[in-house]
Amino acid sequence: MELYAILKIVWAVMLGVLFIGLGTMVGMDMGVGTLLRFVGRNDAERRTALNIIGPHWDGNQVWFILGGGAIFAAFPTLYGTSFSVFYVVMITLLFSMILRPVAFEYRSKADSKIWRASWDWVFLVSGFVPMFIYGAAFGNILEGVGYHFGWTGQYYQDESFLSYLLNPFAILCGLMSVSLSIYQGGAMLMLRADNPIWARARYYAIAGGIFAAILFVAGGIWMQFLTGFVMTAPVNPAMPANPLHGQSVAMVAGGWMHNFRNHPALWVLPLMGVSCMLAGSAMLAAGRTAVAWWLGLGAWAGTIMTVGCAMFPFLMPSSTVPDQSLTVWNSTASAYGLGCMLAVAAIFVPIILAYTSWCYYVMRGKVHTVDVVNDSHSY
Amino acid sequence: MEFIDPNVVDLSRFQFALTALYHFMFVPLTLGLTFMLAAMETVYVVTGRQIYKDMAQFWGKLFGINFAIGVATGITMEFEFGTNWSMYSHFFGDMFGTPLAIEGLMAFFMESTFVGLMFFGWDRLSKQAHLAITYLVALGSNLSALWILIANAGMNMPEGAHFDPETMRMQFESFVNLVFNPDAQAKFVHTSVAGYVSAAMFVMGISAFYLLRGQHRQFAARSFRMAALFGIISTVAVITLGDVLGRLDYEKQPTKIAAIEGLWHTSKPPFEPWILAALPDDAKQENHFEVGVPFVLTPLITHTFDQPITGMHELEDAAGPRIRSGIEAVSALRRYGVTHSDADLTLFTQHEQDMGYGLLAARHAPNQDVTNIPEDQIDTVVKATQPDILPNVFVTFWSFRFMVFLSLWFFALFAVSAYVSLKRRLEHNKLLLKLCMWSIPLPILATEFGWITAEAGRQPWTVFGWLPTFLSASSHGVSYMVFSLIGFVLLYSVFIAAELYLMFKFARLGPEHDSMEPHAQHDAPKPSAFDMHPTAS
Ligand code: HDD
Ligand code: HEM
Ligand code: HEM
Repeated sequence: MELYAILKIVWAVMLGVLFIGLGTMVGMDMGVGTLLRFVGRNDAERRTALNIIGPHWDGNQVWFILGGGAIFAAFPTLYGTSFSVFYVVMITLLFSMILRPVAFEYRSKADSKIWRASWDWVFLVSGFVPMFIYGAAFGNILEGVGYHFGWTGQYYQDESFLSYLLNPFAILCGLMSVSLSIYQGGAMLMLRADNPIWARARYYAIAGGIFAAILFVAGGIWMQFLTGFVMTAPVNPAMPANPLHGQSVAMVAGGWMHNFRNHPALWVLPLMGVSCMLAGSAMLAAGRTAVAWWLGLGAWAGTIMTVGCAMFPFLMPSSTVPDQSLTVWNSTASAYGLGCMLAVAAIFVPIILAYTSWCYYVMRGKVHTVDVVNDSHSY
Repeated sequence: MEFIDPNVVDLSRFQFALTALYHFMFVPLTLGLTFMLAAMETVYVVTGRQIYKDMAQFWGKLFGINFAIGVATGITMEFEFGTNWSMYSHFFGDMFGTPLAIEGLMAFFMESTFVGLMFFGWDRLSKQAHLAITYLVALGSNLSALWILIANAGMNMPEGAHFDPETMRMQFESFVNLVFNPDAQAKFVHTSVAGYVSAAMFVMGISAFYLLRGQHRQFAARSFRMAALFGIISTVAVITLGDVLGRLDYEKQPTKIAAIEGLWHTSKPPFEPWILAALPDDAKQENHFEVGVPFVLTPLITHTFDQPITGMHELEDAAGPRIRSGIEAVSALRRYGVTHSDADLTLFTQHEQDMGYGLLAARHAPNQDVTNIPEDQIDTVVKATQPDILPNVFVTFWSFRFMVFLSLWFFALFAVSAYVSLKRRLEHNKLLLKLCMWSIPLPILATEFGWITAEAGRQPWTVFGWLPTFLSASSHGVSYMVFSLIGFVLLYSVFIAAELYLMFKFARLGPEHDSMEPHAQHDAPKPSAFDMHPTAS
């Protein structure tokens, strides 16, 4: 295979890794945000919950920012088209997302009850909404998106945004993503908090895990009947990245099962997803929280890889002009750009993983409510 | 044929300008304060004096309040290229995405991961380790500025990419040219140092406020002195690098420099005056009145006494043939997309360098289609397009002047303040202290004017010479833009209200320990019991 084609595949895999990292790390913090009002019944408890992720949320959030940055760099046409086509949804995601940094930093800096209660609601919104949209976006993409390109490479939208918002399959995916985030956030709270937060978090996290498993299976069954996309003629994987020509694509009912039929070994991935969710819930019930946290990572990995393998090589299929669907082959950056980025990532990703782990190590151990309330640096 | 709605383009520009200018109200303080915090903490670690730890912690708290909104508004920026500039992202993303992603990998991760430890790690890390963390945060924020400015310089002076007719976009071809773009280097230093000026003024102004009220006097006097020295050095650097930027614009962006200087006709060295004030009229293409200092302009911009600077009328005339040639390029390119014939490719290659000018003609072509202009209308289209190569002169001219006038004020203020505070006569100079306090917002204002100069002066291009702004925007409807604009205005108003409330609250409260006040002159390190933070086990 040509080097360019290999680089394209490598970056598709990297994108998957980023999505898994995003789901796990940002999902965890957003799960804590969603749960904040439920696991903490008074101000001191809520502050304890916040300070558990306090030292880490900003670093974790970079998974999200880098997710955007990597799509921009490695799949520029996908970045411009997907963010624009989903404008209303993306802007809603953005609005809910940018409230969170401010909420962390500002909530506990004033004593007023109304002030703090308002920010607690902000945590709920800025935890639930982004994770819901994150999942729903995958759902929307699986269903195909109405757009086409003009000769200059500009996209044109062929569908109203309402069809993305009010779409049952996407809503299912969104709820599943929220459930997983509650699972992950709950596991983190259990790791770092004592009773009563521990017990409440346990309750929600187990529910989150089981709920996610149910929705995942339901989604899988639904996908059998969904109209998928398949290539009807061989493509040149090393073709110049240009969505205007080079592909012929058909829409076929059950098309997303195509790859699974050809490579039955892929069934390992959804199996891994479901078993991690169920085993994780069992571990939480048994009090083995650390194991459960890592199983949450496995659940995200199983889910994202299932979707990725079902769609491969599609990234965002077009339901109005299927031939112009964005795929791994036609929407990537140049070989030179992908190569540069790969070199940079090879240097920095290990460094990032090292210092992130070190930070968790430094801040290890339970967070106690007394300390939080007495510490002038805490959130 | 799909039409570009000029209203949507204008609204997208307005939204981008609004959110970028807003982001940049907070970024300068982050860039500068992190280094000032590191400097204070260094003194603490070296001398062991508690007061410097108090300083680092107090200014650190104000930094945190500012940082949160910097982060929040930064996320908006990262999204906006995709949500509002889809054609730009497609056309230039191969080149532009790389520095942006590197920024995430190299800078944001570092800054954001360690900022948590900086706030939460005082009791868990040794003094030295904590100091190292603070330096990493400072390094991280400045590296983020470096990479975003490399990206921005790529738009102003595209180097390291070429247009590829197969992919219909700029293909990235040289990492070295991207990174060592002279514009990027100069911009980075100018901008980060502008951040240091802002932070210095912030610290100096708030310290002046305490001195005026006679509170926290030791603490404030030390902070003041440190800030004044930091400030005077930074101001000199900002002015020096500003000069470099002007020279670069002269070489690579002649339309921008002509607009900055309000120069409608090519200059006549060496007499040509530097215009201090004028009323540029974009419609009539002339200045209504001019007050200038003779003999200054030529050496200021060109660093020689005899090189002329091309005026805007002459630039417009020179653009005529390029627009005509660009129309050929775009037509050949479009045909090539269908035919893939060598003849079309050759024709395109001949006119390739002017392609951007052909795209620029789109808004004046019948049906916005430059590839189908009837022979007899080409002249009209070219004529109508010529004035479009110029930015808005009034805006560029005046935003530049405000930046420069303000920098002279900073120079004077920091110089006097440094002198007076080194002489320890601060508290006798109430007027100076008041001026310092009132000047707190001015460097931020200067920075905003600087950005308006740079970005408005780049118009009508997003990628200078290659992609017009008019074509760069996403093909939204007006209602989408109204939706997002209303949201931004509402959210950002809440942010600024909350930020100002907390800033004033904590600045008024002052440093919490205030170790110097009860027993003045007592500089020995305090026992750790003084620390209010219990060590979590
Ligand atoms: C405290 C803020 C501040 C101060 C005092 C100055 N500047 Fe500045 N200037 C900026 C803050 C700034 C900035 C906001 O940081 C900009 C916007 C883009 C950039 O690279 O830096 C900028 C841009 C900018 C540009 C446009 C660069 C471009 O084309 O992209 C020029 C020519 C200058 N500056 C020149 C000067 C000169 C000659 C100054 C003093 C005499 C000066 N600046 C003081
Ligand atoms: C944070 C500092 C920045 C500020 C305050 C700023 C300000 C502005 C302003 C005022 C405009 C509108 C110009 C006009 O329409 O006349 C603009 C446009 C634009 N800027 Fe910036 N800018 C900043 C940084 C950047 C950077 C770093 C980039 C790229 C990396 C960038 C890319 C753009 C783009 C794509 C446009 C839209 C096209 C246009 O209308 O000019 N800006 N910016
Ligand atoms: C000259 C232009 C810019 C500089 C120097 C700059 C610098 C910074 C800095 C120092 C921060 C740290 C947080 C803070 O502001 O307090 C920050 C945050 C951020 N900026 Fe900008 N920025 C610029 C423009 C932009 C643009 C155009 C983008 C979008 C591409 C952007 C994206 C971001 C993001 C995503 C964050 C949040 C990072 C985090 O979580 O730490 N910035 N920026």
